[in-house]
Amino acid sequence: MSKEKKSGRQSRIRNFSIIAHIDHGKSTLADRILEQTSALTQREMKEQMLDAMDLERERGITIKLNAVQLTYKAKDGEEYIFHLIDTPGHVDFTYEVSRSLAACEGALLIVDAAQGIEAQTLANVYLALENDLEILPVINKIDLPSAEPERVRKEVEDVIGLDASDAVLASAKNGIGIEDILEQIVEKVPAPQGDPEAPLKALIFDSLYDSYRGVVAYIRITEGAVKVGDKIKMMATGKEFEVNELGVFTPKPVMKDELTVGDVGFLTASIKNVGDTRVGDTITTAKGGADTPLPGYRKMNPMVFCGLYPVDSNNYNDLREALERLELNDSSLQYEAETSQALGFGFRCGFLGLLHMEIIQERIEREFGIDLITTAPSVIYHVNLTSGEKLIVDNPANMPDAQTIDYVEEPYVKASIMTPNDYVGAVMEICQKKRGNFITMEYLDDIRVNVIYEIPLSEIVYDFFDQLKSSTKGYASLDYELIGYKQSKLVKMDILLNGEKIDALSVIVHRDFSYDRGKAVVDKLKELIPRHQFEIPVQAAIGQKIIARTNIRALRKNVLAKCYGGDISRKRKLLEKQKEGKKRMKTVGNVEVPQEAFMSVLRMDSDD
Amino acid sequence: MIIPFESVMNMTKAAYIHIPFCEQICHYCDFNKFLIKGQPVYDYLDAMEVEIKKLLDSYPARPIETIYIGGGTPTALEDEQLKRMLDIVTTHLQPIDGNIEFTVEANPSVTERKKLRILKNAGVNRLSIGVQAFQDSLLSALNRNHRREDVARMIREAHSVGFENISIDLMFGLPGQTLEMFQESVSLALQLNVPHISAYSLQVENQTVFGIRDRKGELSLPGEEKESDMFEYLIDILKQKGFLHYEISNFAKAGFESKHNQVYWKNEPYYGIGAGAHGYVKDIRYENVKPLPHYIRKLGEGGFPHRIVTRLDNKDRMEEEIFLGLRRKGGVNKETFYKKYNRPIEDVFPEQIDKLTAQGLLVNDTQSIRLTEKGLFLGNEVFQEFIGVI
Repeated sequence: MSKEKKSGRQSRIRNFSIIAHIDHGKSTLADRILEQTSALTQREMKEQMLDAMDLERERGITIKLNAVQLTYKAKDGEEYIFHLIDTPGHVDFTYEVSRSLAACEGALLIVDAAQGIEAQTLANVYLALENDLEILPVINKIDLPSAEPERVRKEVEDVIGLDASDAVLASAKNGIGIEDILEQIVEKVPAPQGDPEAPLKALIFDSLYDSYRGVVAYIRITEGAVKVGDKIKMMATGKEFEVNELGVFTPKPVMKDELTVGDVGFLTASIKNVGDTRVGDTITTAKGGADTPLPGYRKMNPMVFCGLYPVDSNNYNDLREALERLELNDSSLQYEAETSQALGFGFRCGFLGLLHMEIIQERIEREFGIDLITTAPSVIYHVNLTSGEKLIVDNPANMPDAQTIDYVEEPYVKASIMTPNDYVGAVMEICQKKRGNFITMEYLDDIRVNVIYEIPLSEIVYDFFDQLKSSTKGYASLDYELIGYKQSKLVKMDILLNGEKIDALSVIVHRDFSYDRGKAVVDKLKELIPRHQFEIPVQAAIGQKIIARTNIRALRKNVLAKCYGGDISRKRKLLEKQKEGKKRMKTVGNVEVPQEAFMSVLRMDSDD
Repeated sequence: MIIPFESVMNMTKAAYIHIPFCEQICHYCDFNKFLIKGQPVYDYLDAMEVEIKKLLDSYPARPIETIYIGGGTPTALEDEQLKRMLDIVTTHLQPIDGNIEFTVEANPSVTERKKLRILKNAGVNRLSIGVQAFQDSLLSALNRNHRREDVARMIREAHSVGFENISIDLMFGLPGQTLEMFQESVSLALQLNVPHISAYSLQVENQTVFGIRDRKGELSLPGEEKESDMFEYLIDILKQKGFLHYEISNFAKAGFESKHNQVYWKNEPYYGIGAGAHGYVKDIRYENVKPLPHYIRKLGEGGFPHRIVTRLDNKDRMEEEIFLGLRRKGGVNKETFYKKYNRPIEDVFPEQIDKLTAQGLLVNDTQSIRLTEKGLFLGNEVFQEFIGVI
């Protein structure tokens, strides 16, 4: 390709993503854009997707459709190349979102014409603004009876400070306004800058592991160009590889010999570990490469930790293999072997957040068929001993003896909670209960308030979000970021079953709340642990001191006294089912404890 | 000639006949049943006759020793239908021997009282009467079609027709039932002077009105503690009144133990006849199809109307021998077990027997293994131990 042709092409590239709150119509709009730009009929599109799925089935290739190349013939007669880059949609993945946005020059901001802006949207808009993106507001669902496009337009201007006078009024569902959106992308989103002759700088914004090709890195070329066969270097890790394949998704993968400035596509280079293609890292050439990487790279550190143990200890090695497999595709997952007196051999795992934790847990259970015991999530505590030594504790069971501790620090987050003003009281009550410090409160408009608190992360990681949702009828939304460590009056609370301390049930609590928590935990365990043939005392203790106690009474009757006719198979099934239920429990001492009990130490629902 | 024990065991001596018709559907019942109005009763009876003949051909019987006609509500049949049904049963299964136990289930309602003579004339010699409770509030909550006062009338009528071997069913653990209510039911039952009482605890089943209410959280059950109190009371009082607690749910004066139910608990074969009936012949357990048109059609086509057939291997049979046998007061007889399976029971389940004996749930002596009083209340905990371990 000649130099002129290259720069002509570069001027016709538009890279953008879509920012939207869940349910505000992001995927529907993406579908419409795909339809209109690829000149694909819906049927063809389905077929293409099906092709991709067949491929997946045949060869085990996983195709993640988060960067699609589209062509659009604009009203000016030119044909433009669009790259639509998808972003993950949860607070746990803020960093990934910011890197995906960094691969774009513009973003469509989809706002529901009835519901207006939500906190999550706002958080992503700020990320987009930080990345200097051109933001094009789109007011969607204007055909809803409850739509108030003018109110929402004003809100976009007041809350975000964007000029919304050109905001497209659209209904993705009914295909209204789609062409206006595409034209605005051409007009307003800047073409990629960058010099095709400069040393290569390519941003990794996502990656996945494919069992045949190794890691597939999703990249955006910011400077220079990359060709198949090039020797490349990962600037953060220093690792070098040789490029095997380059390509784009249209949405089906199309191989290319070269990717150049402004292009968004994928790269494979026999990379065995996704840890080598860290999101946010810069790829350059091994020889004559760039001096400085692209800004913004951060190594993601897990914030939430928990123990994962197989219910059946024979599955320990299977669990290790499952974690190894998942780690291939998830560089933010950390794990190391750990032993619990109560649960035996397992792993202490680190996650970006609670959702991340739940995803991994569910995948292990579903994809690998291993029944798991998950201990209550914990954060990292900084424990300062009287000896002057400083310990990092990510497992409550490892908290040292209280006498040796000078003070303990715990991580705090700044939580922004957006809520209708009717629920401000309820929100503040939850935050207070969760040991939050009130910082400020901003009225976004007549109705909506952004309430800012500093709250210990340990209080957020559990059921904070659920409580928030239930006490605001689902209206409140939450965003949070880590702000650092603060000293707290924390103590370790142990739980004893039948007189025996169960290390996997230990939890770190604030001293002032420990009696209430102890009471709530023993009551919850009483509810969850089935009756046994003997009475089981359940106690909560701080050090040697018992702070709460209850008893699980002995089982009196479990016998089928029903007239089943001659239906013996049914009797057998019932017995098998009861027996199976017991197998899914973990025997701790001589008490059979169900899986959910290990999480219950933190689940203090307000209705208990 | 000495018949080998094994082949005797394979000969069937019991028959269960299912009459899936009711005038009213009870809220807890999940047996196969249909409102009788508009049903093809005669076609059903004809099909049943075909099934009986097929069973007798394929799986020959020892002379039949027990017949049990249950439902549904067998006495929901009109007089002529009832006669036809009894005629089919007596013609093919020939319950002529005086020692045979021939039971029919009946309800204490007015219409059914009138049918007792028909039953008596056909040779029926045992009645099982579904009383369930004596409180009208509970009876109506269960959607039973009789009331408290009907029960005594029914028993009087039965006595006057000449029935002596009468059993009544009671239920406990019902929604809204208190210990006092249950005590009242038991004492009223005792006043009726019947030699057999069965007492079942309510099991809430999915596809019943109670099941639906339970899922909606609208069923208020007494709970394990109160249910245990009721069961404890029942065992004590019936023992005092001279009843033998011969099976978990069954109590009888000496000599009035139900032979038919013991066939189930002794893991012996039985024919199951009728739509939705369960049978056990040779090494298979089967369940018949439930909808009447299917049942009638399958037999019309010359096949068995089986819906599920499970072939049991020796392991299954040994497990069942235990979890059924332990329901009986006498437990599992060691000699019988050895004769049937050619292995001593302690060889097959060594750890289980030791563990449960140590827990005080099981008695293990030279003759048998059987539940202790404590084991009786925790039967399922015991039975489970024997499942899936060999």
